[in-house]
Amino acid sequence: MLMFIFRRLLQTIPVVIGVTFVVFFIMQLVPGDPAVLLAGEGASKETINGIREQLGLNRPLLVQYFDYLTNIFHGDFGTSLKNSQPVLDEIMVRLPITMELAFFSILITIILGMAAGIISAIKPYSLTDTGVMLVALLGISLPSFWFGLMMMYFFSVKLQILPVAGWDSILHVILPSLTLGAGGAAIVARMTRSSMLEVVRQDYIRTARAKGLRERVIIYKHALRNALIPVITVVGLQFGSLLGGTVLVESIFAINGLGRMIVDAIRMRDLPMVQGGVLMASLIFVIVNLLVDVFYRFFNKRIELN
Amino acid sequence: MSVEVKTDRSVVIKQSMSQPKQSKLKDFLSVLMLNKAALVGAVIIVFYILIAIFAPLLAPYDPYAIKLENKLMPPSGDHWMGTDDKGRDILSRIIYGSRLSMGVGFAAVFFGAFFGIIFGLVAGYYGKWVDSIIMRMMDVMLAFPGILLALAIISALGPSLINVTIAVGAFSVPLFARIVRGSTLEVKRLEYIDAIRSLGANDLTIIFKHILPNILSPIIVQGTLRLATAILSAAGLSFLGLGAQPPSPEWGTMLSNGRDFLFSAPYIAIFPGLTISILVLGFNIFGDGLRDAFDPRMKK
Repeated sequence: MLMFIFRRLLQTIPVVIGVTFVVFFIMQLVPGDPAVLLAGEGASKETINGIREQLGLNRPLLVQYFDYLTNIFHGDFGTSLKNSQPVLDEIMVRLPITMELAFFSILITIILGMAAGIISAIKPYSLTDTGVMLVALLGISLPSFWFGLMMMYFFSVKLQILPVAGWDSILHVILPSLTLGAGGAAIVARMTRSSMLEVVRQDYIRTARAKGLRERVIIYKHALRNALIPVITVVGLQFGSLLGGTVLVESIFAINGLGRMIVDAIRMRDLPMVQGGVLMASLIFVIVNLLVDVFYRFFNKRIELN
Repeated sequence: MSVEVKTDRSVVIKQSMSQPKQSKLKDFLSVLMLNKAALVGAVIIVFYILIAIFAPLLAPYDPYAIKLENKLMPPSGDHWMGTDDKGRDILSRIIYGSRLSMGVGFAAVFFGAFFGIIFGLVAGYYGKWVDSIIMRMMDVMLAFPGILLALAIISALGPSLINVTIAVGAFSVPLFARIVRGSTLEVKRLEYIDAIRSLGANDLTIIFKHILPNILSPIIVQGTLRLATAILSAAGLSFLGLGAQPPSPEWGTMLSNGRDFLFSAPYIAIFPGLTISILVLGFNIFGDGLRDAFDPRMKK
C-alpha cells in the first residue's frame, strides 16, 4: 500500500509541473506586450523598458517559466496588478470559503446521489425507479446557474425562508450547496444504480440469496459494499466539476470564495490573480484525485483480502 | 502486374468489410428506434435545429428592437414569454439566441473532436513514446477542474463568444483523445489492419481510411454527450459576462440579464433557462440512447 502511495505521488509530480506549464503559457497568449499594458497608455519607451527589465520580461520564455516555477514552490504566486498585494494572501482568505462550499456540496452529492441510486436499484424498472432516474436526468441537464436562480426565486423571494446571498450562517449554506451538489448527485445516482444492478447479478449474491439471507442484508451488506467501489471514482471526478462549478455558484449567491475571485480578476484583467486562482484550484483537484485513487485501492485491497 | 493484384485484393477486403458495416448500421438504427427516450431526444434536437435555421421566419419581433414603452411585460397573447427591461420580446430573442448558443456548442465540440481525434489516433497508432507524450499532455489538461481551463484561456484571450468556443473546445480535446486512443489500440490489433499494411498502405491511409471509420461509434456518442456539456459551459461563461456580450440574445447572457429582475420579472430568467435545459436534456437522452444502440451487450 505504501509503495502504491509512493508510486502514485511520483506520478503526480509531472502532472503538477504540467499544470504550472499550461497556466504559465496560457498567460503568454495575452495579446500585446505586458510591459506596455502595465505601463499604461502614453508611457515613455524608457518606462516600458524599465518595467520589462524589472519583471525580467526580456529574458527567454523558458527562463521566465523556471523562475515562475521556483517562485511557486517558495509560495510566491505573484502580486495582484490591482492592489499590489501577494496573490497567495488573497487566495488564503478565499480558499476556506470555497472548501466549505465544496464540502457541503459533495456531501449532498454523495448522500442524495447514493440514496436515489439505491432506491432505484432495489426495484429496477418500477415506477419509483423510472421517476428517480427521470429526476436524475433532469439534474444532469439543468444549468446550475439557472437552477440556483430558480431556487433563490422560490425559497428566498417567494417563500422567504432562506437568505438570498452571502455566506454567514448555516442557512446561507443550503441553497448554494444544493445548487452545486445537485448535478453531481444525479450522476452519482445513475452510477450507483447501474453499479448495484451489475453487482446483484453476480454469483455471490445468488449464493447469499440461496443461503436464505434476508433481502435487506443482501442489499446493504453484500451488494452495496461492492457496488460503491466504482462510485468512489465518480465522486472523485465529480469533485473536479464541482470546483469548477464554484465559479458560477459563488457568483450567483455573492459568496466571496476562490471562484468569484477568479471571475472578478478576469473582469479586472488582473492576470496574476487569475493565474494563482486557477493554479491553486487545479493543485487541489490533483491532490483530491490522488486521495481518491488511494481510497479506491484501499477498498479494493480489503475486498481482495476478504 | 503487382498493381492489379493489389487492386483485386483491396476490392476483396473492401467487399468483406462493407457487408458487416451495413448490417451494423441496420442493427444500430433498429435498436435506436426501439429506444423511445432516444427518439424523444432526437426530436427535441431536430426541433431546436429547425428553430435556429428558420429563426427569421419564426420570430414574431425583432430581437434587438428596444421599445421602452413595452418594458417588463409579463407573458401575454402579444408576447408569449413577456418582454425584458428594454421592451424586447423574449420569445424572439430566444429563437434568435438558438443560433448563437447552439452554434457555439457545435463549433466547440467540432474543435475539441478534431484535435482530440488526431491526438488520440496518433497516440494509439504509434504507441511508445509518442503515446506517452501525447497522453501525459492530455492528463495535464484533465487536471484542470471543470471550466477552469476555459476560464484561464478566456482571461488571456479576452471575453468574446469566439474565445468561449476555443476555450470550451480546448477542454473537450483530452476527452476525445482518450476515447479515440483506446479504440485505436483495439482496432489496430485486428487482422485486417495487418492485411492492409501488407498491401503497402501507408500510415496515413491506414489511420484515416481504415481505423477512423471503424471507431466512429464511441466518437459519435461522446460528441453528442459533449454537446450537452459544451452548450451548458458556453452559456455559463456568457452568464458570467465572459462570453457573448449584451445586447446579444445568447441564452446565458439573457439569463444573466434576468438575474437583475428576479424579484420583479422572474420570467426574464425562467424562459432562457428552460430553453437551455430542454435542449441539454435532448442531447443527454439522445446520447444515452446512442450509447445503448452501439453497445453490443444491449442488443439482446
